[in-house]
Amino acid sequence: MKLREIAHSRTGDKGNTSNISVIAYDARHFALLRDQVTSERVKAHFAGVVEGEVVRYELPNLSALNFVMTQALGGGVTRSLALDAHGKSLSSALLDLDIEPGPDDT
Amino acid sequence: MRTIRIGSGAGYSGDRIEPAIELAEKGDIQYLVFECLGERTVALAQQARMKNPESGYDPLLEERMRAVLPLCASKGIKIVTNMGAANPEAAARRTAEIAKSLGLSSLKIAAVVGDDVLDACKDGDLPIMEFDGTIKQLGNRLLSANAYLGAAPMAEALASGADIVITGRASDPALFLAPMIHAFGWAMNDWNLLGQGTVAGHLLECAGQITGGYFADPGYKDIPDLARLGFPIGEVGEDGSLVITKVEGSGGAVTARTCKEQLLYEVHDPRQYFQPDVVADFSEVTVEEIGPDRVRVSGGRGHQRTDTLKVSVGYVDSYIGEGQISYAGPGALARGRLALEIVRERLKLTGVASSELRFELLGVDSLHGAEIAANANEPYEVRVRVAGRTESLREAVRIGNEVETLYTNGPAAGGGAWKSARDVVAVASVLLPRELAKPQIRFVGA
Repeated sequence: MKLREIAHSRTGDKGNTSNISVIAYDARHFALLRDQVTSERVKAHFAGVVEGEVVRYELPNLSALNFVMTQALGGGVTRSLALDAHGKSLSSALLDLDIEPGPDDT
Repeated sequence: MRTIRIGSGAGYSGDRIEPAIELAEKGDIQYLVFECLGERTVALAQQARMKNPESGYDPLLEERMRAVLPLCASKGIKIVTNMGAANPEAAARRTAEIAKSLGLSSLKIAAVVGDDVLDACKDGDLPIMEFDGTIKQLGNRLLSANAYLGAAPMAEALASGADIVITGRASDPALFLAPMIHAFGWAMNDWNLLGQGTVAGHLLECAGQITGGYFADPGYKDIPDLARLGFPIGEVGEDGSLVITKVEGSGGAVTARTCKEQLLYEVHDPRQYFQPDVVADFSEVTVEEIGPDRVRVSGGRGHQRTDTLKVSVGYVDSYIGEGQISYAGPGALARGRLALEIVRERLKLTGVASSELRFELLGVDSLHGAEIAANANEPYEVRVRVAGRTESLREAVRIGNEVETLYTNGPAAGGGAWKSARDVVAVASVLLPRELAKPQIRFVGA
């Protein structure tokens, strides 16, 4: 299944750094997020967009992950050549990740 | 327990105005905050002020003030805003004139000045955080340096009886923290209260982004009545307790989901959200739906503030030239790709000097690059886009020209060409020892 089926997401920007939250709709899916949406996978998914590193923070109280991606906004929001200089649309790309369903999700 | 209700009347400088009127009219609020100052806006405003000393504040100041002042004055709602941009005193004088013209001469209006720290930054020749270099190395490209001030001067202005407080650069959450500090007498070293107050300010500062804006995704996250989106209200208790809500009957929704998304918006390490007044810690925050469009947000904490203030440095970075043209129908993608190849070669042949170029097809690969988009279906229409960074406006113009000339020299049936060339005022950051910023309050009578 797609990540979109179990999680929602929002992108924020600061300078040349983008952060993307991934929030489980249902707390029982947080373990799937934690196991499968790793910073390595996110970095691979955004190859060609993110030139820096991807760091993941966990917020179990919110069933959420927060990915912080450096060198991700074309040199910075205020100077980028990109159409979407803020990277607002990046969350939609992340929700297209494939997720292996858990035993309760089939 | 004492409680205040703070309305968020704008999430950015161009935001809708009626939701703020709705808050003033029906929100039962004591404070109305307008956050209108983007990262780079203050640098652009500084350029405007250099041309005209009475300008340099938010272009919508007059419209917003005229819309809400009568209601706010009659109900005793205090206004806090960063619409002062590069010239808070001129904004305060203009607001006083507007108040007078509306027959509201008793309003006390305060400007908070002192965020302009250009001289201090030059004296210290501070290093730039985003790239190798210092303030002095920016030379005559340097336009402005504004420190993110904290809540204290705004709270002090409220304590001195201000009905309207107008700042320039200040931390966005601090615009909301100031009324809390003023109303509850919170100590400026009660880090946990300041941390929880920062959670409230952070959630409210983007206005509609917590009431269902920047959220709707049909079939997955549906939000009612977005055309009449209501802006948020924070109900804050003197112990820092917080409920996010909105005006009953307004469009949108306040749910645990909207609050979670906004809590993490523009946050990096949730344990260290650096603010001028506190290092806030969002890691233990919980959200709970306690009624329709009512979400309790708890658990924000804080740690001692740092010794420095973040400063936004505006500078002339480069120039950007851009051109676009559309192709449609069978073979649109192939003609679009051919068009990009032609422009790529033309820019080389004609010797356009650029440090960075983008060649893309809107509708295909412009947002996330070619790799993610590789398996997408062929669209009915595509729009070619070429953008490049140059050292001069003259060079930038040449990039758009090479797209426009595709009309008569490029693939078949290209339409709707468009081009632009502009200078880029960008923003970088430095950290300034906090004692070098000296905020002051100036009252202006209506």
